[in-house]
Amino acid sequence: MSETTTHIPEEKARIGAPSIPGFTEEGEDLSPINDNGGSPLAGASTKAHSHGGGVGVPDSSRAGRPTSTNVDDFAKLTGREEDWRFTPLKRLKGLHTDELTGAAPKIELTGNDIAKLSVVAADDALNGVAHTPDDRVSANAWKYASETHVVTIPKNAEGAKATLRITGESLAAAAQHVIVVAEENSEATVVLDHVGSAVLAQNVEFDVQANARLTVISLQAWEDDAVHASSQQALVAAGASFKHIAVSFGGDLVRVNPSARFTGERAEIELYGLYFADAGQHLEHRLFVDHAVANCKSNVLYKGALQGKDAHTVWVGDVLIQKAAVGTDSYEANRNLVLTDGARADSVPNLEIETGLIDGAGHASTTGRFDDEHLFYLMARGIDEKTARRLVVRGFLNEIVQQIGDEALQERLTETIEEELAATSN
Amino acid sequence: MSTLEIKDLHVSIDTEQGEKEILKGVTLTIKTGETHAIMGPNGSGKSTLASTIAGHPRYNVTSGSITLDGEDVLEMSVDERAKAGLFLAMQYPVEVPGVTMTNFLRTAKTAIDGEAPKLRTWTKDVKEAMTKLKIDADFAQRNVNEGFSGGEKKRVEILQLELFKPKFAVLDETDSGLDVDALKVVSEGVNRAQAENEMGTLLITHYTRILRYIKPEFVHVFVDGKVAEEGGPELADRLEEEGYDRYLNVKA
Ligand SMILES: Nc1ncnc2c1ncn2[C@@H]1O[C@H](COP(=O)(O)OP(=O)(O)O)[C@@H](O)[C@H]1O
Ligand SMILES: [Mg+2]
Repeated sequence: MSETTTHIPEEKARIGAPSIPGFTEEGEDLSPINDNGGSPLAGASTKAHSHGGGVGVPDSSRAGRPTSTNVDDFAKLTGREEDWRFTPLKRLKGLHTDELTGAAPKIELTGNDIAKLSVVAADDALNGVAHTPDDRVSANAWKYASETHVVTIPKNAEGAKATLRITGESLAAAAQHVIVVAEENSEATVVLDHVGSAVLAQNVEFDVQANARLTVISLQAWEDDAVHASSQQALVAAGASFKHIAVSFGGDLVRVNPSARFTGERAEIELYGLYFADAGQHLEHRLFVDHAVANCKSNVLYKGALQGKDAHTVWVGDVLIQKAAVGTDSYEANRNLVLTDGARADSVPNLEIETGLIDGAGHASTTGRFDDEHLFYLMARGIDEKTARRLVVRGFLNEIVQQIGDEALQERLTETIEEELAATSN
Repeated sequence: MSTLEIKDLHVSIDTEQGEKEILKGVTLTIKTGETHAIMGPNGSGKSTLASTIAGHPRYNVTSGSITLDGEDVLEMSVDERAKAGLFLAMQYPVEVPGVTMTNFLRTAKTAIDGEAPKLRTWTKDVKEAMTKLKIDADFAQRNVNEGFSGGEKKRVEILQLELFKPKFAVLDETDSGLDVDALKVVSEGVNRAQAENEMGTLLITHYTRILRYIKPEFVHVFVDGKVAEEGGPELADRLEEEGYDRYLNVKA
């Protein structure tokens, strides 16, 4: 069992968050991809910071990370940077170096007609409403995105459902910019459904206005050859709630960075994720919750399954509770299930707390192996090997699938999980 | 009536020091309705025998045979053995993450019977069996063995025994780690399964305690991977008084 939990004395009922007994392996580790010689990219308030029991990985404060819309403000990537050390740059297909002039995946809106889709110019004032690039790829996408698709949920709207089907049709490196504006007191579910083949650097902004309730599902259902780096940033205003669910299973290299910052009190952020990596796939999720104001609540849970040779997943969860954020309640966890040998899950929770006056804060990370003993137990009860695996994985991932309100989408995910499982070779 | 026949079974495992022989020629015949106790000191190979019957991949059968009504058990995969009517109550049941007891029990029952149980009667059967074994109803929603105490895990093994209705059950130290009350509850479960299904039982134990509740007709004393002595229930009484020293001294 490798549970690390950081908490402060006032923490309520969070200590020893539900663990996964039988899971034994520590996933937290140094990068196998890029050598670790260099110093991490760090901002003004860099400090060494490691968490109880975990491997002492120095992580720089998220507050100090440079942000800019100008790609030249970011140094060329070497792969040794703190936020790139797990990513195989060679497989980025130039998203960090090239001119992103390929055709962007086409965007179609379906759903009920409450949400409106419009296109604005790249220099429209709306750009940047909730987002400033914080890495080189994101800034490169900013530079080359030729237009911005804007989904607007009108004020006081109820039950808005919008699916943006984002279809890649070329492997020429491209940039894309999407903005979702959830106006005051609106309620909506927005699905970003990424399919096809693409080499895409993408910025997505979520402007979650006062008392709005926005659920976003970003589905990475790409073909095998796709490369996708997506920076998804949200600003969450007073009384609003933002629920983001990242689901990644397709593509050669997928890197999704959801981040959410509170701008008003009594707001709530939930970041969920589900990923299923097959042989050779690299699926990375780096998220950031910024408790910049008082009395807000956040919850993060990512679950991943891995199978096959060189399947690699990376999860880095940065939660920052700033000095002003008294009364914060926050928890983050990542759980991985390794189904076969040769797969690797890296998991790094980073919790920075700058005030002691909070309700609770904790983090947990487990990486477990579905091993021969689990299999033997189930098979000794008459259950064949395939069914046994399916039973375990379905049960494991179901917690996240349940978070998706949309039934058709849930069904599609369940089917996808079955397909992934059918591909398990041993 | 069915017969489980073990003949001159030799089993080894791969260790870091190379192959190590653990079972050195075991011969044993059980018929449905019979209860056999296998008793022996720690390390004598009792669990190895149990796991080999169930088909655990760690154990290599180097010679000998196991047959069930003449069918070659060693040719069967682990799940096929369970479907053929063999059940192993494990000494150390593993925790299976992500799978609720309810889901697990129904999936296993479906696999063993070759068809899904009728939902209404099945739910009732599960509830009743749980009540009789004094297993809390909320265990149904928990993951298999996850966070269960040692005693709870053993009860859940017997719950499965009662629900799956095997022809032959191998109980590997089901008694160890149980207090007297739990031992009674678990023993009653085994006795019910025997009465209702004419089950044959291979009761593996280190101590004679459980034999007060489950009465064997045959007792086999296991020492160093072999049956050292066989007899009726009186042999167990003798072991109770004398322990295993007699056999170990002979060996030395
Ligand atoms: N994985 C293993 N590696 C090395 N030795 C083992 C292993 N499993 C069992 N053994 C050895 O095999 C012998 C029999 O073990 P076991 O069948 O568990 O005995 P029992 O159940 O009677 O206590 C013991 O000497 C034990 O140390
Ligand atoms: Mg044993």
